[in-house]
Amino acid sequence: MVIENVLGAFAELANIQTITLMIVGVAGGLIAGAIPGFTIAMAVVLTLPFTFGMPPVMGLATMVSVLVGGLSGGLMAGILTGIPGTPSSVATTFDGFPMARKGEPGLALGIGVWSSFAGGIISAVLLMTLAPQLARVGLEFNPWDYFMLVMFALTITASLSGKNMIKGLIAGAVGLLIRTVGEDQAVGMSRFDFGIDSLLSGFDFIAVLIGLFAFSQLLNDVRDPKDARKALTERGSVQVRIEHGRAIRVLLKHWVVVVRSSLIGVFTGILPGAGGSIANILAYDQAKKASKHPEKFGTGTPEGIIAPESSNNAVEGGALMILMALGIPGDVTAAIMLGALLIHDIVPSPTFITEEPILAYSIFIAFFGATFIMIALQSFMLRVFVLVTKVRMYVLASVILGFCGIGVFALQNVTFDLWTLLWFGILGFVMRHFGFPLAPMILGVVLGNIAELNLARALAITTDLSPFVTRPWSLFFLIIAIFSAMFPLFQGHRKRKKAWTLFFMPVVCFAVAVPLFMMGGVPRPVLATIIISYGAYTLWRRAQDGWHIEVKD
Amino acid sequence: MQRLNRDAIVAIFLLAFCGVLFWASFEIRQPDYGVLLPSTWPRVIIGVLAFLSVLYLIQSLKSGAEAIDDDKYDPEHPRGLGFRGLLVHWKNPLWCFFLFFLYLLSLPVLGMLIGGVTFVYVLMGVLGGWDGNKPYLHAAFAIGTIGAMWSLFTFGLGVLLPPGMILGQF
Repeated sequence: MVIENVLGAFAELANIQTITLMIVGVAGGLIAGAIPGFTIAMAVVLTLPFTFGMPPVMGLATMVSVLVGGLSGGLMAGILTGIPGTPSSVATTFDGFPMARKGEPGLALGIGVWSSFAGGIISAVLLMTLAPQLARVGLEFNPWDYFMLVMFALTITASLSGKNMIKGLIAGAVGLLIRTVGEDQAVGMSRFDFGIDSLLSGFDFIAVLIGLFAFSQLLNDVRDPKDARKALTERGSVQVRIEHGRAIRVLLKHWVVVVRSSLIGVFTGILPGAGGSIANILAYDQAKKASKHPEKFGTGTPEGIIAPESSNNAVEGGALMILMALGIPGDVTAAIMLGALLIHDIVPSPTFITEEPILAYSIFIAFFGATFIMIALQSFMLRVFVLVTKVRMYVLASVILGFCGIGVFALQNVTFDLWTLLWFGILGFVMRHFGFPLAPMILGVVLGNIAELNLARALAITTDLSPFVTRPWSLFFLIIAIFSAMFPLFQGHRKRKKAWTLFFMPVVCFAVAVPLFMMGGVPRPVLATIIISYGAYTLWRRAQDGWHIEVKD
Repeated sequence: MQRLNRDAIVAIFLLAFCGVLFWASFEIRQPDYGVLLPSTWPRVIIGVLAFLSVLYLIQSLKSGAEAIDDDKYDPEHPRGLGFRGLLVHWKNPLWCFFLFFLYLLSLPVLGMLIGGVTFVYVLMGVLGGWDGNKPYLHAAFAIGTIGAMWSLFTFGLGVLLPPGMILGQF
């Protein structure tokens, strides 16, 4: 069955048009990822209008290619100029740039490129093998569970995406509210149209995304007149050749770092709201802690490049995994991918992989294939990167704003969408300026309908609200939503050595174990027992230490 | 009296916004069927948003006159005082908004091709200056990029972009 699906997906992808589009997509992603100030999400969201007229497999393969290219593009700028191309390659600069300055830019790039490749491949393999299993778990979900899953996704995104949790939650609520404009999901009544006909069908979700993310980001990039007139990068040397052979040997020597960092990346991707920007720092930190020579980190050590680059490429495999298995996007780029699926009338859910196996496996294979294309294109794109860095930011921003206009109109041929783009561009810009994170808001916009629809279904089954706390999965998501909402408070109080923080992790363990026990069967209660044991052990260790709080920087 | 900080003003604005939307939610028609009324979900969100805004207001008032999130303050580019300083500081984004606004207003007349090229050309001039050979370079960039994109959508993807009154005559 799996082989049949894989072969079917290969047949769908193996045509000259799709492969050409994938190559163009990876190339575009590599360049977009390499440009400081441009995010991968922005590159993917701007690709969306082009894919509208394409068959679903072709369109999604192109978007996946841009995504894979963007994930790897950030390392070029980071290593050669010291300025990370994307937030997910921040940690790459810690050792990549020093190594390049020590006279080995070719090796640094090689290690970065091959680490990205390894992370991508490990992630693609896990995506192909674990997504169908996760989808089986998803089949256990009822409307109560789905509603709580969305609430959990929003709270954890809010808690991870900014310094101020309240601002994150406000952004998420505003996102949900935006989605309520237009006809409601359950009975089709118009809401908040204020007598404007165009608002009867609500805001186009893609126009909102492009406005909030791309439009507002571009305005941010040209905010300072001096910076806007500068070339994209004015530092560093780029006359290098990637040393593939040496880099592969270094990677083989540090294969443990590759595997560990890739797994960190996949896990971070699965967690809603935690994307590559968190994964690369987390993997770097873990590599440093596990290294025999932690003092060498920051001076140009290979492990310092391997860890962030393996992890940031592995993130999207995890994010796509929960998107395709549960229909919940793991991060902003996955949210945009969800948008791409929706414009092709495909709604991801636990039954998606079984109902649309060829399309699902095409996405898996495209992710896999784009990683190989990325390796093949890196050397060539390095030369293009040199040319692109000479372009002034204001030129790029002006042109892309023009493209945004054409692209958004092309989605539905509706002029109102262009006004949506403008208003949400302004809203996104203002919110960024006031320190509100945009990720929870985008997830709110994406997940608003799913939440409302499942709430309506749950209430249609019974008006009793108790299943929200008595159903194991719903309770599980509720508990982790509460603890994830409390996490920033825990972090803040931990630094101030408040006593209650000693009990936070053990209580999390005990609370999470309850719904796992309620799920029945054998593996889940066993897992619950392990989690409880860990909680008890942590508590015992802390008692042994005399309830002393150790704060690490 | 202590001056309100930026976050307190934003929180008050959010509370007012919640009030307006809550009032508007009474305009939503209620059908005789369905358990979850169309106004229920928006009201739940408005309630949560209002509660969070109150928390945000308390947090910002506690932090005093200083804004609680000064991430965006850039000491290298301090902002001038008053309305004029504000305009100078936000000059580029304001130009972008204004020109995009004009672009949308002129769309029925200029259409997407002429309007798009004009928008990109004027924006490049405003953001990058008009000195030297820049006007020619900007014109080449604007025509080349928007023209290519327009052609791709029109001829490649078969999308009917607004021709406007000028090109619509041909």
